[in-house]
Amino acid sequence: MAVDSATRVGDSPSVASGGGAGNALPVAKRRRRPPWRNPWRHAWFLEGFTWLYLIWSIVPIGLAVLFSFNKGKSQSAWQGFSLRWYITDPVNSVLHGAVYHQAVIQTLRLSFLTTVITVPLGVAFAIGINRWRTRTSASFNFVMILSFVVPELIFGVALFSVFSQLYTNIKLGTWAEVLGLVVWNISWPAIIVVARLVSIGPSFEEAAADLGASRFEAVRRVLLPLLSPAIFASAVLVFAGVIDDFVIVDLLSSSASSQPVSVLIYSTTRGGNNGPALNAIATIMLFVSLIVATLGYFAYRWMTRGERGAGSEGALANIAGM
Amino acid sequence: MSQAAGTSISEAAKAAPESKTGKTRNRREQKWVWGLFSAPGIATLILLFVVPFYVVIAIAAGTLDIFESPVPAWNPLHWSGANFSAIFHDLVGQGAFIGPTFVRTVVYVVIASLLCLLIAYPTAYFVTRWAGRRKVLFLVLLIAPFWVSYMMRMLAWIDLLQTDGYINKALVNLHITSQPIDWLGGHASTVILGLVYGYIPYMIIVLYAGLDRIDQRLIEAGGDLGLNRWRTFTRITLPLSRQTIMTGLLITALPMMGDYFTNQLLSATPSTSMIGNLIDGQLSTPGLLPQGSALSLLLLVVLLPLMAYYVYQTYAAADRAA
Repeated sequence: MAVDSATRVGDSPSVASGGGAGNALPVAKRRRRPPWRNPWRHAWFLEGFTWLYLIWSIVPIGLAVLFSFNKGKSQSAWQGFSLRWYITDPVNSVLHGAVYHQAVIQTLRLSFLTTVITVPLGVAFAIGINRWRTRTSASFNFVMILSFVVPELIFGVALFSVFSQLYTNIKLGTWAEVLGLVVWNISWPAIIVVARLVSIGPSFEEAAADLGASRFEAVRRVLLPLLSPAIFASAVLVFAGVIDDFVIVDLLSSSASSQPVSVLIYSTTRGGNNGPALNAIATIMLFVSLIVATLGYFAYRWMTRGERGAGSEGALANIAGM
Repeated sequence: MSQAAGTSISEAAKAAPESKTGKTRNRREQKWVWGLFSAPGIATLILLFVVPFYVVIAIAAGTLDIFESPVPAWNPLHWSGANFSAIFHDLVGQGAFIGPTFVRTVVYVVIASLLCLLIAYPTAYFVTRWAGRRKVLFLVLLIAPFWVSYMMRMLAWIDLLQTDGYINKALVNLHITSQPIDWLGGHASTVILGLVYGYIPYMIIVLYAGLDRIDQRLIEAGGDLGLNRWRTFTRITLPLSRQTIMTGLLITALPMMGDYFTNQLLSATPSTSMIGNLIDGQLSTPGLLPQGSALSLLLLVVLLPLMAYYVYQTYAAADRAA
């Protein structure tokens, strides 16, 4: 993250052009540039383009959130504000419709279980791989990176096949979903923690060893505290990633009771006959994600306070997996 | 969707030989301990990543019993190519339906990834270089859609594109069309729009992280040395971001190749169906699992060079950083 250079650039145009003109007055006099030739002028076209993109990317979501509060059934004509699809409707609200709140609970359950299993697994994997350095560790590092780029559908087919043909004692449903999601997400903590390990270097651990710490003590009392921002950022990413996930849970869910929100939206919308209750559960999940992201952001800033290069930009980048 | 930003992934490949600091008392014991750390992760990857792919091969190379359920050929000596040749006939033979679908998939994915790039690049470029003090604001807005689930984003467009939705209302009121257009009734343009809208956050994150790492002094030097803005871009920024662009294209194109839900939600018509829809359909039809497995293996083989290129890039980036 080039935080300092980036903030500097925002201020530099006037400084640079002013300084340049001051030092080389005769040149400036001889060849006065028209404003559109000034290489430091503001990029108005790019700024307009960026705003158009932001409007295009955010307004549709805003409208979908808005229509979850619609009084009527329509998702395209505003009929007044109500909480009908959240609370009051006796059948089709998130509160009273079992399908809807079951889906919300299932999504949260999957996110929680997956995060709790994946993060320790991925962190230990990363520490081991980073220090082990054998042919085995290199191969599985490769497998881990491969699992990061393989298209989700192909991996989903593989999981579906293995659970239906080989691991038949694990029935399709919540546990199959959790196991699939664990593998699909293990690369987040692994990649992020390895990156952090590389930047930490071996010196802290060596110092701990010189001072008499055993290897496990060094990991527990020196390495893990240093890794905690990375571990935390990866937990946020895994949690939000599971909320977002669709393919694996779609292929591995067996019945309505193991359908999370994403699958419910998909299977209900496909029939064409959907009401604002879908917008309502989607909105609830949106707020869960945003709360997780916001908490993650502030916690990350707090954990990295006082570190070189720490700042709002770096924290934002890290919890988005950059 | 963990296919996102794999920029810190480059660090993960830093499996470079350990620095030869002298403090390696009983080195063998040390390695053994680190192996213990990564053992659970390695076991998970074997059981739930490597084995599943072997099961896919066994099913694709196997047969069906009289109840139409697959009989996997566990022993490589018993593998048969029947399902593969059936797929091959559907790919190129008479009345082939996989071939055209495959071509259509590639066309959609190429157009959609390029559109993602054309929209995301100027935006990311503006925010890294020109946003100045507002950089954090822009960054928040840019990564906001990353925290909104894919299904919610599709739902938003389904609302907008309905025959009585806002897009049609606007088009009719502006007299661009006299009749509302049935956007969700099988338009290639709608599917491509959905793909672009769905995958562009990942492209943005990759491009932002990549462009932000470019040394701003090099770009400033271009201006100082008299290049105009366009030539500064084509001579300095663009060459320096070539690898970032490739990563961004792969990170959007690879999951798009296995996408079936975007299409199903926004079109659900055979005339726009993609390869993912075929695989998804075969998976949920009794007796077609072997063919679905064979088809996803073929897709994997086709995509393997792209995946290999990505992994190679990752290792190369790690070498450069080391």
